[in-house]
Amino acid sequence: MKLNRKVWVRSMLAAAATAALAGGAWAQGQPVKIGLLATLEGPFAAGGADGMRGAELAVKQRGGVVAGRKIEVIKASSDAKPDVAVNATRKLVEQDKVEIMVGPLSGGEGIAVKDYSKTQPGVTFINGGSGAQATTLVNPSPNFFRFNTEGGQWMVGLGKAAMDKGYKRVMVIAEDYAFPYSQVQGFMSEYCRLGGKVPEKAWVPLGGKDYSSVIAKIPKDVDALLVVLGGADAVNFLTQYENAGGDKPMLGGSITVSQDVLNYKGKRRDSLVGTLSAGPLADAYDGAEWKAFVDDYRKTYPVSAGGFPSPSLFAYVYYVNMKAALDGLAAVNGDLSGGQAKYREALSKMVLKTPNGDVRLDANRQAIGTTFVTEVVKDAQGNLFNKVNRKVDNVEQTLGMSAADFKIGSRDVPACP
Amino acid sequence: MSAAQWRRAMSTGLAGAAPRVPVGRTAAPSPAPAADPFAHSDAPRWLKHLWRTLAPRHVFTALLVLIFPFVATPFFTFQVASQSLVLGLIALSLTFLAGYGGMVSLAQMTVAGIAGYTMAVLGTSSSPEISLGWPWWVAVPAAVLLATVCSALIGWLSVRTEGIYTIMITLAIGVAFYYIVLQNYSVFNGFQGLRELKPPTVFGVQWRDPLPFYFLCLFWAGAGYFLVRYVVRAPFGIALQGIRDNPRRMEALGYGVVAHRVAAYALSGLLAAVAGILLAWYNALMTPGSVGTGWLINILVIAVLGGMKHPIGAFLGALVFVLLQTFAIDVIDRERFNLVIGTVFLAIVLFSPDGLLGLWAKLRSRLSPTQAMTSPQRRQP
Repeated sequence: MKLNRKVWVRSMLAAAATAALAGGAWAQGQPVKIGLLATLEGPFAAGGADGMRGAELAVKQRGGVVAGRKIEVIKASSDAKPDVAVNATRKLVEQDKVEIMVGPLSGGEGIAVKDYSKTQPGVTFINGGSGAQATTLVNPSPNFFRFNTEGGQWMVGLGKAAMDKGYKRVMVIAEDYAFPYSQVQGFMSEYCRLGGKVPEKAWVPLGGKDYSSVIAKIPKDVDALLVVLGGADAVNFLTQYENAGGDKPMLGGSITVSQDVLNYKGKRRDSLVGTLSAGPLADAYDGAEWKAFVDDYRKTYPVSAGGFPSPSLFAYVYYVNMKAALDGLAAVNGDLSGGQAKYREALSKMVLKTPNGDVRLDANRQAIGTTFVTEVVKDAQGNLFNKVNRKVDNVEQTLGMSAADFKIGSRDVPACP
Repeated sequence: MSAAQWRRAMSTGLAGAAPRVPVGRTAAPSPAPAADPFAHSDAPRWLKHLWRTLAPRHVFTALLVLIFPFVATPFFTFQVASQSLVLGLIALSLTFLAGYGGMVSLAQMTVAGIAGYTMAVLGTSSSPEISLGWPWWVAVPAAVLLATVCSALIGWLSVRTEGIYTIMITLAIGVAFYYIVLQNYSVFNGFQGLRELKPPTVFGVQWRDPLPFYFLCLFWAGAGYFLVRYVVRAPFGIALQGIRDNPRRMEALGYGVVAHRVAAYALSGLLAAVAGILLAWYNALMTPGSVGTGWLINILVIAVLGGMKHPIGAFLGALVFVLLQTFAIDVIDRERFNLVIGTVFLAIVLFSPDGLLGLWAKLRSRLSPTQAMTSPQRRQP
């Protein structure tokens, strides 16, 4: 009797909430509330909006219903600052009472939300787009899951590709914060193991405009430059390097060889052909699932409706993480009872089908997934685009090292001068 | 706007009202000493004073803030109420400086940030290689002291300027501090900042739980509020308001203008520093983002939104600010919700240049006929 009343009260509340928000579709049992957090403000506003598109696409593909339970997505925004992200998450969890939380987008936010997740054991947190190594390596939280690979993993395979090209010595030019540290680590741990040398690393401030002092420091005897700069910074660097008469070939980070760089019109444009880079997705990958995903994205979010010509990195990782949340829910038949124990077990053991192949989780609930090595080539019209050079499966967060030997990347780790 | 014009605008806007509150409050009961039932009683003086000055709205507010956390959800207690109190305390430090001292400083969040970062560096955090691990009862006072000293230094640097130039200098200091903590890795841990800043467990209470943290914030916000109320009636506060209105005449009367202004900066720094410690505990982290330009300006927005004529304005402004930040996204979807926030701010400032306090005053003057009839009665037992 008591239980009945409780259920009745709860369902009334749920029905009222649904009626208010979704116009009364409570026929299929209680809805599942999923919080969705991305940056709709600040430096990653465009990326955050595309991240939301990716997550919504995953919900849409299931028709908004999993195991007879309606999926109700409640959105929140941050501006890439950790304190704002925690406030937004706290609102979703404690005020809107979401049962599953997907987000946030950037690295520092991810660490802060992971810390917060420890105080909310009743809610399952799934990452959105954030890629800091420490999120799952240092003091991992038992209810924080990440189904996307991170900055270090995204660079695996590039070291070998560089050695294959005959680059024996490489200088690193990268921005001075955690994400480029992890990118450089992902490259160097493999490159150094294969016998490559990195005699010089230049850490430049984020958003720097003047690279002349860095360019002056480039040693004569290096074979290539590893440039881990964000899109516009990379173009600035290229222009200044060209003006200074530089001619070393380039290797790029995961966000370096973007469309900005490929549209570069300077004299050295042709020298960009052959530039290697690596990342978790490749526009030109011809896997059937990837093509289907891109088609679906384009159909749902045509450019006229604000979508990108091709899903961005953030759309992809949010899609993957939201898909994981929903697939896990389907696996337990919508059962979130018992402190979500069954659901979390299903997530931990799940082999997630993503557009780029299977993803599993390691002991810290961090994804083990696929990385693409890409190479810039010229098509018949003279346009530059990224061609898939190699696909590396099952990339682990510790980059092939044992957990005890692995140290999080920093300015000085790893080193092989 | 020239410096002189600016100052005139500041003083005409504030001269009438700001002193009225403290002076009026003490003066009001005196006309009817004979009717005072406690005039010949043995009750202690403070009790008599309290009886004379207390109005129903004070009791109502006190009951509201005391009962609120037991009625509201932990989310409202922690995120809405505690955050409002902390931000309100920082805005109060600006209200004191600008409303009573005529100096608009954008560096109040920087002072709060200095306190928070100092506590993180001296105390414990997630980066043991940076934090010195001092016990909290050393780290917290040291942080407050250092931030107060820094605030006095900021004041010393900027008091020779006026109006818009003060804003520029304090903004420059704020932005410089932001870039220092952003790019320094050995002390401030750069972009990632310092995390896991928890209040200590004292008397067996987890002070970061919503209820204890609320009362901790309430205590310090109340302390700051009454300190400002007290100081603006004390000789120092009166002299400060005199300096705000006519520094040259005060100088001629023999008051040290620079010394008073620097002291005002130090006092406002003390308020901001205490709030900075609470803010660090509230967020459990200190990152460059929390002392960035956005927040420097947000504090000014909060102070202006609430109104600078009375210390309570800072807290009202903070409450509206936090409610908007938290719930605007529910009103309107996606990228557009900042439009709601901006529109509300604009509307308040447009319809009432004195912020929410100005709206309240307008409302009261509209209802004044009835009030005039009842208010003398109210003081009678």
